[in-house]
Amino acid sequence: MSEQAPVSLITGASRGIGRAAALALAKAGHELILVARDTQALEQVQTDCQALGALVSVHALDLTERDAVTALFRQLQPQLQHKALSNLVHCAGQMQDALLAMTRFTDLDKLLALNVGATVQLCQLASKLMLRHKAGHLVLLSSKVAESGSAGQAVYAASKGAVSALVKSLAKELGPSGIRVNAVAPGFIETDLTAHYSNDKKQQLMQNISLRRLGQANEVASVIEFLCSDKARYITGHILAVDGGFSL
Amino acid sequence: MSNELIQTNTAKLTAAFATALVVAETQIHDDLAYNSIKEWDSTAHMLLIAELENVFNLMLDTDDIIDMSSVAKAKAILGKYGVAF
Repeated sequence: MSEQAPVSLITGASRGIGRAAALALAKAGHELILVARDTQALEQVQTDCQALGALVSVHALDLTERDAVTALFRQLQPQLQHKALSNLVHCAGQMQDALLAMTRFTDLDKLLALNVGATVQLCQLASKLMLRHKAGHLVLLSSKVAESGSAGQAVYAASKGAVSALVKSLAKELGPSGIRVNAVAPGFIETDLTAHYSNDKKQQLMQNISLRRLGQANEVASVIEFLCSDKARYITGHILAVDGGFSL
Repeated sequence: MSNELIQTNTAKLTAAFATALVVAETQIHDDLAYNSIKEWDSTAHMLLIAELENVFNLMLDTDDIIDMSSVAKAKAILGKYGVAF
């Protein structure tokens, strides 16, 4: 591993898009700080990334526990004193399918705590580390439904709409300090979050996707890898759809 | 607390302010306040926080970041984190 390897912190790294992003960035030569709740799964991803030559540390925690997130950054701060945090790739998120009339406010609070509250806190703490070097990149996960809406997913869509608004605002706020802020907006990606969809429902969704197939986590990860690369150094405030034409 | 350590911390604080605000160290004094000079605007304030956290190897609470309205106030706040002036 080169001394100059970019350092990327990835949340939700134990599965789905987060895991795929970890593998893609490991392959691209990044040093990784992986965060997720599931210790066992996280350690497996660590092993997989190490096999690709990456230096990897793992931290098991629940991102809705604000004190735990603060403690993580207190722990990272001395480690990152002489090298920059290059990327925050925030993939952790929760999906909730519920019609408006059947939305419990306890569920709403949980969803907003993770999809919005934790996102703001992570951006706040990561950007402070990046400000030291006047460089860095925040990549968040929005969703196709943030723009188009989705019956039965109003609260989830609203939480992802908040992420998109956060990206545009932070890109304006942090750009003068050299920090880029972007998001990917996946369409229907086959991950644990969508595993409960029936085959009939999947077939029905595919009819609305221009490419007539569902997406894979590694297809989102390769876009994240691009955004984290020097090739995207002039891109900020962008919500990049990765949806096979679902949003057309 | 030794005078030497206090002098070192004061020098580090002055250098951090000068670096973040891009002004001469001679301009840094206890009465210097947020928004009292054009160089100490909201963007520079965030750079200042990052610089202070880096120099003193600590992480400031959000309330302290909001309250850091002058050099004197910065010294008082950093004192809570064990940095003596």
